[in-house]
Amino acid sequence: MNNKNSENGGTNRRKFLKLGLMSSVTALAGTSLVSNLTSEETTNTSGEKVRLLTPDGKMVEVDASNINKYPEALVTPAESRKGIPDRKFVMVIDLSKCKNARKCVESCQRGHQLDYNEEFMKIKLIQDNQNTSPYWMPKPCFHCEEPPCVTVCPTGATFKRDDGIVLIDNERCIGCKFCITSCPYSARTFNWEPKAKFENKDVPYSPETQVPAAEGTVMKCDFCPDLLRQGKLPYCAQACPMGVIYFGDKNEDIVTNGEETVRFSELINNRGGYRYLEHLGTKPNVYYLPPVNRQFPLERGFDVDEDIIDRYKDVPYVQELKKQGKI
Amino acid sequence: MKNYDKLLNDLAPRKFGKTGVIWTISLVVIIIAGLIAYIDQIIKGQVVTNMSDYALWGVYISNFVFFVATSFVSTVTVAVLRLTKNTWRTPIVRIAEIISVAAIIMAGLTIMIDMGRPDRLMNLFIHGRMQSPIIWDVIIIPTFMAISILLLLYPLLPDFALLKKYFKNTKPKLSKWYGKLAMNYSGTDAQKRIHLNSIQIISILIIPAGFMLQTVDAWLFSTLFRVGWDSTNMGAYFISGAAVAGIGALVAVVYVIRRAYHLEEYITDFHFDKLGKFLALACLLYLYFNINEYLIPEFTSKKEEVTHMNLLVSGEYAPLFWFVIVGGLIIPIIALFFKKGRKPLPMFLIGLLVVVGSWWKRYLIVTPTLLHPFLPIQGVPESWHHYFPSVHEWLITFATLAMCLLIITLLVRYVPVVPIQRTADEQEALESNKNTKS
Repeated sequence: MNNKNSENGGTNRRKFLKLGLMSSVTALAGTSLVSNLTSEETTNTSGEKVRLLTPDGKMVEVDASNINKYPEALVTPAESRKGIPDRKFVMVIDLSKCKNARKCVESCQRGHQLDYNEEFMKIKLIQDNQNTSPYWMPKPCFHCEEPPCVTVCPTGATFKRDDGIVLIDNERCIGCKFCITSCPYSARTFNWEPKAKFENKDVPYSPETQVPAAEGTVMKCDFCPDLLRQGKLPYCAQACPMGVIYFGDKNEDIVTNGEETVRFSELINNRGGYRYLEHLGTKPNVYYLPPVNRQFPLERGFDVDEDIIDRYKDVPYVQELKKQGKI
Repeated sequence: MKNYDKLLNDLAPRKFGKTGVIWTISLVVIIIAGLIAYIDQIIKGQVVTNMSDYALWGVYISNFVFFVATSFVSTVTVAVLRLTKNTWRTPIVRIAEIISVAAIIMAGLTIMIDMGRPDRLMNLFIHGRMQSPIIWDVIIIPTFMAISILLLLYPLLPDFALLKKYFKNTKPKLSKWYGKLAMNYSGTDAQKRIHLNSIQIISILIIPAGFMLQTVDAWLFSTLFRVGWDSTNMGAYFISGAAVAGIGALVAVVYVIRRAYHLEEYITDFHFDKLGKFLALACLLYLYFNINEYLIPEFTSKKEEVTHMNLLVSGEYAPLFWFVIVGGLIIPIIALFFKKGRKPLPMFLIGLLVVVGSWWKRYLIVTPTLLHPFLPIQGVPESWHHYFPSVHEWLITFATLAMCLLIITLLVRYVPVVPIQRTADEQEALESNKNTKS
């Protein structure tokens, strides 16, 4: 409830940073990640500077060649199969920082025009065994290297791109739901009924935005390729007030959560990064940093709506807390 | 022609009595109700079902698997009994072929009910990808359907020719139809040779086709990571289960037709006794694979497997699970061990029990697995944690079952259920045997 108040202060400053055009300002050399994701030729500084106004009113000066000429251009279903050249997208989620603020979920829902119960990003409360303490686990689609969903799709409606992203073409999907059953991470959702928002034809459909959605087809987290083309971070990474979600490019070995930009390999090596259900051999492109040295007590996560807490009532730890009258 | 007279009088198709008409009309009513429900589902979307993002395969898929399993009956009875030279099969093979054709047609139809976008069916052919087990199904179901129809049609040709003559004066219109269906079969030596060869080829073809169909159906599940499906046992498990469902259905249908058409002279206690032993064998095999499927995960006790097993053995699904195991397998096996258990009426009851058990068995294979994925179901409405079919789903499911029975009924109405020509040939052989002996 009271989270709504804190919404403004934390995130706006970061939004500014996440603006791709600002990348040249950040200190690290490898930050071309957030610059000019779409340009196919290598960027040569033209020397020509352009002044731009950022969303929170600051004036910045950037090189003209860093400006993506048509960031909002429509990517058709056929084009969306190719992927963004020379990229290999990767996400790292730092479990020690997550406090179930749900900003990633809400921002993703706004960005993809999802309803209340439709979530591409889900937050689980996981307790691995009795003796370990539970933790909050944001779970997007893992965009596996060996995606079982792509293997089993009978029509090729879901596909794996060169940049590592797994997308769905809802104009080809026949709604057999085989991909949903094949996903060991339950990342996929189904549009069970016709909705008014599906009829909104103001924006032409693109698998990169999944808008407008279609009845009887499958949807899931898409790593927001439309934002990536504009040099922005995905909605979830942009919105997280704790900087839990790092996003970046494996080829450049760089990930950023908007606040700090770090080497991907160093981050997962130094912090004991792991992938969920590694033994299945799906090779996810989402890594987790273990929930050690927590920045917040777990209970901070219960600072959300009653009905959200209710969703975790099956977790033994939550039942215990309820018994003690703490929530 | 003389020796055919009695056979034709006994076995030629004839009009339904009052019960037959009421039966057919009730089937049509159930089908219409289901059609209305399906149209409503098309309009309102699959939200009318109780499926959700987790339990996203429900009774439609389990019903589909049941039809596929039942269609196996022609493979086990016709082909296998033929290859093993079990001559007692003669009066029941045609009924088995009829059930098989009806079931595989309905399997093809029911799978479409579950599709979110049936309007895009053609995408399967335009964009089909061989890696997908669904495409394997798209290939094998029509193949099996074609072979099943041929297996029903070919042995019918001489009977159609006989019926053409039989109805010539009484029902000229019907006679004309039988004439067309007989495709000029007149029983010359050359025709007989080709005819026999063709039947031989088809009845051999149906064996690999049937095994492939059941295996592909099993692989629809075992190629996925889910606990309860991710098992190397699945192929054999499905094949043996299909034999149980198929023979169970055959026993029940044979009993009803025998009573309705007064065929006691042709389908005797001897045939039921043989069928009973056959069913017992199938049930024992299936029980063996069930033990494999459930005992080993229970023994190794992996965390996810234990969750799954608990759900079945003592959880939400326990009543169904024990009904299927005890009622659908163990009781039939015990009853069939006794000679009295293999008499027509007890066999009919056992057949029904086995079929109902087989249907629910498919439900138990499909639905519980989806309710405990690797990552716990959290952050979703309470109703997504459970699944039980909605009224729409039941109406549509019953309509598909009724449609299967209607296909069987119509075929029984217009096709001689006991092969006339074959029975005549066998009687002749028997006679000449006697003559030569004496």
